[in-house]
Amino acid sequence: MHLKSLSRDSYASWGALALAVGLTAAACSSGGSDTVTLLTHDSFDISEATLEQFTAETGLTVEILRAGDAGRMLSQAILTKDNPLADVIFGVDNAFLSRALEAGITRPYEPSRLGQVIPAYRLDASNSFTPIDFGDVCLNYDKAALAELGVDPPETLTALLPVGQAADAVEELADSLVVEDPATSSPGLAFLLATIVVFGEGESGMSWQDYWRGLRDNGVLVVSGWEQAYSGNFSAASDGDRPLVVSYASSPVAEVIFASEPPTEAPTGIVEASCFRQVEFAGILTGSDSGSAAEKLLDFMLSKEFQEDIPLNMFVFPVVSDAAVPIEFQRHTVVVEDPLRLPPELIEENRDRWIQEWTEIVLR
Amino acid sequence: MDSRVDRDSPQVSSPGQNLKAWTWALTALPLVFLGYFFFYPLVSIVVTSLTREGNLDLTPFSDVLTSGSLLAVAWFTLWQAAASTVLTLVAALPVAYVLARYQFPGKRLLRALITIPFVLPTVVVGSAFLALFGSASPFGLNLTRTIWIILLAHLFYNFAVVVRTVGGLWSHIDPRMEEAARALGASRWQAFRDITLPLLRPALAAASSIVFLFTFTSFGVILILGELRFATLEVEIFRQTTAFLNFGVAAALAVLQLVGVTLILWAYSRYQERRSVSLSLKPEALVAKRPASGRARLMVAGVVVYVGLLLGTPLVLLIQRSLSVDGALGLDFYRALGESRRGSTAFISPLEAIGNSLWIAVVATIVALIVGISAATVIAMRQSRASRFFDVLLMLPLGTSAVTIGFGMLVALDWPVDLRSWTLLIPLGHALVAIPFVVRIAVPVLRSIRPELRQAAAVLGASPGRVWRELELPIAARAMAVSAGFAFAISLGEFGATSFIARPDTPTLPVAIFRFLGQPGAINFGQAMAMSTVLMAVTALVILAVDRFRVGELGEF
Repeated sequence: MHLKSLSRDSYASWGALALAVGLTAAACSSGGSDTVTLLTHDSFDISEATLEQFTAETGLTVEILRAGDAGRMLSQAILTKDNPLADVIFGVDNAFLSRALEAGITRPYEPSRLGQVIPAYRLDASNSFTPIDFGDVCLNYDKAALAELGVDPPETLTALLPVGQAADAVEELADSLVVEDPATSSPGLAFLLATIVVFGEGESGMSWQDYWRGLRDNGVLVVSGWEQAYSGNFSAASDGDRPLVVSYASSPVAEVIFASEPPTEAPTGIVEASCFRQVEFAGILTGSDSGSAAEKLLDFMLSKEFQEDIPLNMFVFPVVSDAAVPIEFQRHTVVVEDPLRLPPELIEENRDRWIQEWTEIVLR
Repeated sequence: MDSRVDRDSPQVSSPGQNLKAWTWALTALPLVFLGYFFFYPLVSIVVTSLTREGNLDLTPFSDVLTSGSLLAVAWFTLWQAAASTVLTLVAALPVAYVLARYQFPGKRLLRALITIPFVLPTVVVGSAFLALFGSASPFGLNLTRTIWIILLAHLFYNFAVVVRTVGGLWSHIDPRMEEAARALGASRWQAFRDITLPLLRPALAAASSIVFLFTFTSFGVILILGELRFATLEVEIFRQTTAFLNFGVAAALAVLQLVGVTLILWAYSRYQERRSVSLSLKPEALVAKRPASGRARLMVAGVVVYVGLLLGTPLVLLIQRSLSVDGALGLDFYRALGESRRGSTAFISPLEAIGNSLWIAVVATIVALIVGISAATVIAMRQSRASRFFDVLLMLPLGTSAVTIGFGMLVALDWPVDLRSWTLLIPLGHALVAIPFVVRIAVPVLRSIRPELRQAAAVLGASPGRVWRELELPIAARAMAVSAGFAFAISLGEFGATSFIARPDTPTLPVAIFRFLGQPGAINFGQAMAMSTVLMAVTALVILAVDRFRVGELGEF
């Protein structure tokens, strides 16, 4: 009798039992000593062969945790600061560097090859974050579409303003630009910062706010993310009708490499005067218990092998002076001589206010 | 063993005691599951976000409640969800009717087609919608910058919810009742309004509450098609969390959202109870007939064309893009799916993605069915304040911010053991969203079982377990298969919290689509479209398979 009613009730407890077993299994499976975990964003990529070389050299396997875009990744790192998800974080850029430093999510470490890093990218004196790569966010244009409109590629930001608001404004460029929301997109934020560097807060002449009012009046389209801007609205890469988009300096290279029939010349180009430099950093998460393993991974990320593998996987440039850049990059894009930059502290101090003002001007 | 023995030896285990233990077990399982994977993360993230220097700081609440723009966001969230729900009901009911009442070739296929939109990533659907209703619309219909493109997308996504939940019940309602009313002189409309509509009410209420909650927490559609002119609470929570790293305001908004959802669900649940009726359900074969009259044939053809245009057009556009290589037709993008160009770590083979998507969906479905049916049995058993409370509690995961729950999991689930990077957390997160579906679909069906039958069985000495197995299970099986289909689709479409947080490398189909869309170049875009087409095919096949599942004669549907 007892047995019978017991067996009936246990029908329902099966689930609970399974859950308990699962929990135990999970507890046993996590935390192997010969792995090092890397928390990164969805755009992270590197060759299998490169990581295998790291394993051969150190006996460590790299486990990759992808956490969405850079903003999502950083907020997760901050929320889990006391008990981090990983040992190393990669992908914090200069726009959020100060915030990450303030939150204290990483600890100082000097990788062995830090001396090889081009000094301009060493933005964190405390060495809590190590620069790994850099790239430029630039306006990209569709060569064929502009030729059809009968206009030359714009050389300045003011060319995109309504006629009458700037000496070199081009009438045909009305309704031609698509940008990303700086609140939800990292290239969107970089382009906003570019306009702030160029126009300033209205110390003399046109302010960045004036510039964006002009863009708004001239029909700028704002979308939430890069995917929609580029693969949804940019005329060179979609059914969209916008010949100008905020993307990366390396996008023309990708257009060549990922074409069905690789063309000799890229179908798109970049507006050099609009380029804002982004630097991406990595650091060892505080609270990570795999001390030397994490250090070895950080050392490896500055190695020649890793650095030279960066361009064709992530479409950004190495930060060490002795890494060679692949031929495709030399042919189809330029490393901008004098890109627009802002100190991370200044960005941190003003970022939220800038985004809010921008939102008021452009979206409301 | 004969169940009569139970009656003969009441001192060992009386039916009453047995029932109690049984009810207790069925109540405890969902409570433990939801408690650990939902409420515990939710409370943890809210408390963590509102704690400043060791003290609870409630100023974000007053910030939110006094901010005009945030209150406007709350108002928009509410009315667009209501509008989307009404629109979806009106647009989908005729289809539910025809699928319930008529038998015609290709019916199963049509039902599977209707479920496909449900699983597609919003980025992909968004790009199709912009091509169809943007400035270059082939219909000359530019809906960008209007609310209509959002409502239309919500309709596209939630069509299946109405067709399958309402159609599921409709196809078992005896048409002779309506015919009798017609014979007595009632008009078509009168017969529908006075006979069929009241019988359908539980399913209508279930479908509308699900559509409402889905659109109330709408995220991707708003972000992509709203061109940032529109924002729901969910979008605002996401912006506050990831753009401004303003966790306090995000938590306050999430609590506001939760309070709103709870109030709405409470009202709904009271309404639902008062209206529930017992039915005698009939097998579908007796209900659905071949369209005999010209009028009926026209209606069936009309519905097929209507669904084809409404849901089929965006899907065909995506498939066409996956096949269009430099302006010509070709399979290049599908071929490219299988090759890793540079042996990179981000490469996902299509078979691996399909495999991962499928096993994750199987686990999510099993968990959702076990937990959901347990809960539904308890809720349907009695009508008390406690069961109503339980009902509302179970629906909450559908109406709560997925961003908040995801981040809550990161803060909370490292205790007692660290589950945050556990692969099985992904299907468990999906199950969390699927459980309300299971409950919502199963409760009306279980309640419709005449209490006389249950009592009669008990009087005759059947134990509660046996009543359940022999009486309720076959009837519930119908509801289970419908909800299993949805649970599967929810998991294939990667709904819910786990898509917002860092996860171990278990790439699924949607993850693969995102990865391709993340890089410039025609091949990447083409591969994203090809992978989306694969996702559509997998979904259709699974739904076709689930639809064949049956238990007894009522189980067929």
